[in-house]
Amino acid sequence: MVARFMSLKEAVASCVKDGDTISMEGFTHLIPHAAGHEIIRQGIKDLTLIRMTPDMIYDQLIGAGCAKKLIFSWGGNPGVGSLHRLRDAYEKEWPTKLEIEEHSHAAMANAYDAGAAGLPCAVFKGYRGAELPRVNPNIKFIECPFTGESLAAVPAIRPDVTVVHAQKANKKGDVLFEGIVGVQKEAVLAAKKSIITVEEIVDDFGDISPNAVMLPNWAVTAIVEVPGGAHPSYAQGYYKRDNAFYKAWDPIARDREAFQAWIEEHVINGGPEDFAAKREANKG
Amino acid sequence: MVEYTPTEMMTVSAARALKNDDVCFVGIGMPSAACNLARLTHAPDITLIYESGTIGTKPDVLPLSIGDGELCETAVNTVAVPEMFRYWLQGGKISVGFLGAAQLDKYGNINTTVIGDYDNPKVRLPGGGGAPEIATSCGEVFLVMKQSKRGFVNKIDFVTSLGHGKGGDDRASYGVDTKGPSRLITDLCIMEPHPVGKQFVVTSIHPGVTREEIIENTGWDVEFADEVAETAIPSEKELQVLRELHARTAKAHGDQQ
Repeated sequence: MVARFMSLKEAVASCVKDGDTISMEGFTHLIPHAAGHEIIRQGIKDLTLIRMTPDMIYDQLIGAGCAKKLIFSWGGNPGVGSLHRLRDAYEKEWPTKLEIEEHSHAAMANAYDAGAAGLPCAVFKGYRGAELPRVNPNIKFIECPFTGESLAAVPAIRPDVTVVHAQKANKKGDVLFEGIVGVQKEAVLAAKKSIITVEEIVDDFGDISPNAVMLPNWAVTAIVEVPGGAHPSYAQGYYKRDNAFYKAWDPIARDREAFQAWIEEHVINGGPEDFAAKREANKG
Repeated sequence: MVEYTPTEMMTVSAARALKNDDVCFVGIGMPSAACNLARLTHAPDITLIYESGTIGTKPDVLPLSIGDGELCETAVNTVAVPEMFRYWLQGGKISVGFLGAAQLDKYGNINTTVIGDYDNPKVRLPGGGGAPEIATSCGEVFLVMKQSKRGFVNKIDFVTSLGHGKGGDDRASYGVDTKGPSRLITDLCIMEPHPVGKQFVVTSIHPGVTREEIIENTGWDVEFADEVAETAIPSEKELQVLRELHARTAKAHGDQQ
């Protein structure tokens, strides 16, 4: 199956359904915010959300009531503070109860890698002397059959759907990522379906390194052109991280009514076309 | 007379702990300021690594997140996150991990997960992120943290990342063969682990700070080394570079609206 070009509405409607396990990745860079908004607009519920750093994008999905569970390794607004919607859901069950499964970054990175590699679990030197294994039954220890060394094991990550953002796709639907590439490639290859939003669709990539991170069109389900679709995250070569908005998010998310008003104005009454202006505003 | 704040004294002391040939895994916040100050002063060739995959990065301003674009643009190389954790960190290529904490104990065990009970926390913190494996896979670990009774506690609420465990050779019993926390830099003093017991011992006190202040701001019984040094005050150059770094950072992060 070769990737299909779709509208964001069509891509989310055809790939994401209630109860799915979904990974929306991007390690600070290339976070698929426009796609997150579309999931909220379509009112999708009971999602198990996977993400190493569930920052603002998952704060929005959780606050909007889309999630029943979160699998993560660092839950904060980097350099700013707490994720208030995540905390409100976890601590006060607002707007709905949220279950959490907590790991370390090394565990999640290895679990994505294992998912992409078709392994049932990831094995690594981790969690030594740490307390998370006491509270997370999905962390176990196994013995190396050759050396006897004790190694941590976690289940592979196998999302129903992975959603990521990239700089470019070409007309055939091959995808190019540049800069901080995080776990995007692994997350796509580990998933049954994938949606990739891109800054632009080009005739061809031109003079790029043969080793540039690229997903061939047959490894991707849906491609959507959304200029600025990572904002307030960034797309290297197109626009900068809107650090001022990450700071501005704190008071919005702190208050339930302010959050709901923001979602109503910018998500429910907004659309993917709104992101292009954000791209212009954060060039430089 | 050079004037400086206790936080500046802490950042400068933390920077001095790094060597020019170190390969350092940098935590966000206070460690990031200290590591970049070292690079801009006495350690120009230091390799700074952020967990976003940027190796040998030389940012002009401090990043707000561990994945700001400038980290990648100024890096020698940027690798995928699984490669960062598997080959570079787990593979033993990194000499120093520089971490902060919300709570720590006298053995340098770190809590960044919860205050209170895990299932019913008083405060839910962001979590471990890269720290649990940074703490065990880097050659040694430097800790930097403002001293207070709330943060420097007898027993941490949750062991996010291993320090010296219960002290002595307990760390090794988890199959960990790296040195662990070898220095703790605060706004009042510098502590180093006792060679046998591994509990932190005050080895250097910042100028103008009294032993009583250190005791009052520590939740465990503070031990002082037989010979306690006085930390050298920040030089004019160290302060100038640090202040310029913070000024550039504030301008960059506020300017984008």
